[in-house]
Amino acid sequence: MRGAKSAKWVAGAIVVAMAATACGGSDSGSDKDKGSASGKPAGYVSIDVGEPQKPLIPADTNETNGSYVIQSLFTQLLDFDAQGNIVYTNAESVETTDSKTWTVKLKAGWKFHNGEAVTAQSYVDAWNWYANIKNNQQNSFWFADIAGYADVHPEKGDPKADKMSGLKVVDETTFTIELAEKVPYFNYKLGYATFAPLPKVFYDDPKAFGQKPVGNGPYKFEKWTHKKLIQVAANPDYQGPNKAQNKGIQFKNYATLEAAYQDVVSGNLDIIRQVGPTDLPKYKQDLGDGAIEQPYAAIQSLVPAFYSKTFKDIDPKVLQGLSMAIDRDTITKTVLNNTRTPATSFTPPQVKGNQDLGTDVFTFNPEKAKQLITEGGGVPENKLFIQYNSDGGHKEWVTAVCESIRKATGVDCVGDAKPDFPTDLEARDNDQVKSMYRGGWVADYPVNVNFLKELYHTSAESNNGRFSDKEIDGLMAAADKANSLEEAVKGYQEVEKKLLEKMPAIPLWYYRINGGHGKAVDNVKVDFHGDLELPGVTVK
Amino acid sequence: MGRYVARRLLQMIPVFIGSTLLIFAMMYALPGDPVRALMGEQQFDPAILEAKRHELGLDLPLWHQYLNYLGGLVQGDFGTEIASGLPIADTISRAFPVTIRLTLFAFTFTVVVGIGLGIVAGLKPESVRDRGLLGLTLVLISMPSFVLGYLMQYLFAFQLQWITPTVQDSENFGDLALPAIVLGSLSLAYVARLTRTSMAENLRADYMRTAVAKGLPRRRIVGVHLMRNSLVPVVTFLGTDIGNLMTGAIVTEGIFNVQGVGDAIYEALFRREGATVVGIASLIVLVYLLCSLLVDLLYAVLDPRIRYA
Repeated sequence: MRGAKSAKWVAGAIVVAMAATACGGSDSGSDKDKGSASGKPAGYVSIDVGEPQKPLIPADTNETNGSYVIQSLFTQLLDFDAQGNIVYTNAESVETTDSKTWTVKLKAGWKFHNGEAVTAQSYVDAWNWYANIKNNQQNSFWFADIAGYADVHPEKGDPKADKMSGLKVVDETTFTIELAEKVPYFNYKLGYATFAPLPKVFYDDPKAFGQKPVGNGPYKFEKWTHKKLIQVAANPDYQGPNKAQNKGIQFKNYATLEAAYQDVVSGNLDIIRQVGPTDLPKYKQDLGDGAIEQPYAAIQSLVPAFYSKTFKDIDPKVLQGLSMAIDRDTITKTVLNNTRTPATSFTPPQVKGNQDLGTDVFTFNPEKAKQLITEGGGVPENKLFIQYNSDGGHKEWVTAVCESIRKATGVDCVGDAKPDFPTDLEARDNDQVKSMYRGGWVADYPVNVNFLKELYHTSAESNNGRFSDKEIDGLMAAADKANSLEEAVKGYQEVEKKLLEKMPAIPLWYYRINGGHGKAVDNVKVDFHGDLELPGVTVK
Repeated sequence: MGRYVARRLLQMIPVFIGSTLLIFAMMYALPGDPVRALMGEQQFDPAILEAKRHELGLDLPLWHQYLNYLGGLVQGDFGTEIASGLPIADTISRAFPVTIRLTLFAFTFTVVVGIGLGIVAGLKPESVRDRGLLGLTLVLISMPSFVLGYLMQYLFAFQLQWITPTVQDSENFGDLALPAIVLGSLSLAYVARLTRTSMAENLRADYMRTAVAKGLPRRRIVGVHLMRNSLVPVVTFLGTDIGNLMTGAIVTEGIFNVQGVGDAIYEALFRREGATVVGIASLIVLVYLLCSLLVDLLYAVLDPRIRYA
């Protein structure tokens, strides 16, 4: 009897458990957006953009997933074409005579998606809010050039003011920006998504706004089903040059590149940004005309840690030698499946000021490599490490580079794998890199400055190799004093030539995007920093 | 038995606290700062990092962070995600129903097909069908789930085009069929073999001979006398297997793009969202604990000689 009694009890428990789970399940399943997770409205384009890390606030986002959505919802003053030239979007003009005071004129008649007019004040208020340290915006340092930044963003403590003195509204559609120092390429920085304006409703509740942003861009926000998809609809009133040619976009979250790829091949997804390594050999066959292969402004290099035992007080000749010991052509073709182009300088070809350095330092030449390393006194202990994060598909090429160095020069080279990107970054920040690390940089704006100053200036945050050279810093300061962009770019070209003698890094290759799209869409183009230009995509 | 259940439930509290502390400490010990990782390789302002860490309480010592976490948990607050600033409860309530469906589906499949196959084979040990089952389950056991997953995907989505290669709607039972079968097939092999072996053994037991000698109908002999005894080891296995299915879904969910617990915990680990990992993991611990309690109670149903005190 005892058994039968407990049987009832257990059966009861199971029924309760099942009911609870089934009930909990149907609650979340039966709300109205069920089905639309898979179904896509007609005329919309779907792309594999994952869940943004952070709420959708322009100055708080710098990773690609979030940037894609921000760029569809917001439009800054200006943008760039595929050649890296300025295209005015919300601005009529951005002008200066002395590189210090800039006058911005806006196009009249622009509106936010809620109908509010986009005025000079919308920009000035937004920038002041972004720069204020109280608001903890990740990209606030972008406003550091503007006079009065130190007041709203002191290194320690509370801000002294809530407005930057450099920003002045002249009239409804005009405002001026006064910089603390001359920055001849400041207008190029304005193309970064961080400089987007905000409507008044933002300040009421920034947190809620981040979940349901109201922008001034080619698309309006529709919905965000977390970890699944974000949907935006074309803005019919948009007046910029990048008006949407489709009815909307679905940014869909995929767990793996492979899963997204399979969906493109089978027609359940329109565009994939990057084909995974396993599918690379066959993606051109699978996608035909839909295969996308295009270079963009990004570079990968090996960065020596100048504090490490291996490279402390190293003779640059050794680094030049190591550079010549790497067979870039073969590695990009075989190991990297043609997804990269061998580098020939410190800047990619898509940026202003990229030049032919007239050197053989980036050409494979084992004899000269050996000779240079010997002349430079050799690598201490005849051994070096290359640090990389093993979650990003770097293992294969690091092994190949090491093999190339070992064969050509006899210097022992070993990969130093960190399990993932956060661990890799931590070792770099804490000066724990054993000899060199894998560095990567994607253009924020298409000028050579972005690849030289941000990486190799003594006080640059991203200079994790701790390269420090008074002469280089001096040359950069001189170039920044220029009155025109051309002059500044020339100045930085001199910096780059000097860098070749000092070797703060060994450039390896430029990136290429290897993505694709299905048969349902057309006109998928790539911009200078490797993002797909979604407004131009047409639906067949 | 009421007292037994109460005691078991009370025992869960220290186990739960211990396991959350352990996971919490492990996440804390992992290298890589989640706030720093948000900035990537690009430029950033160290003052902003400091401010964010302070805001989230990540600059406190481990014990303090843990107490804060536990304090929140008692009030039903799982905490806030570092990057998105959204409540972790949202992530959990999104991911769990999906995985529970997947698990229930896989579990039902395992139970029905696994025990069925086991009975078919176990009633006639050493026969052709028995050897056939042993061979088939051996293949399933030795095949990693990602191989099976990709194989099924290739076969059913690309060759036969019966389904879409990935799950389009994680809340749709029809879409979940294939991932559930892939997920359940490893356990299915174990269940079939366990059932088969314990039935084959019990067939030779004295009480079986007695039952046959008494002239009982065959249905009653197999259905009640044989099955009840033979299912004890199978139920033990199935109980712990529910937890395994939930965590084992990481690979399967990845292949079929199901946005469940596996996907959520992988992403949280990758982004060092400590509180999210602890939240999901401790819920899985709870599932394990409850399942093992349920198994223990089921013993009494199957074998009345077992008593609880």
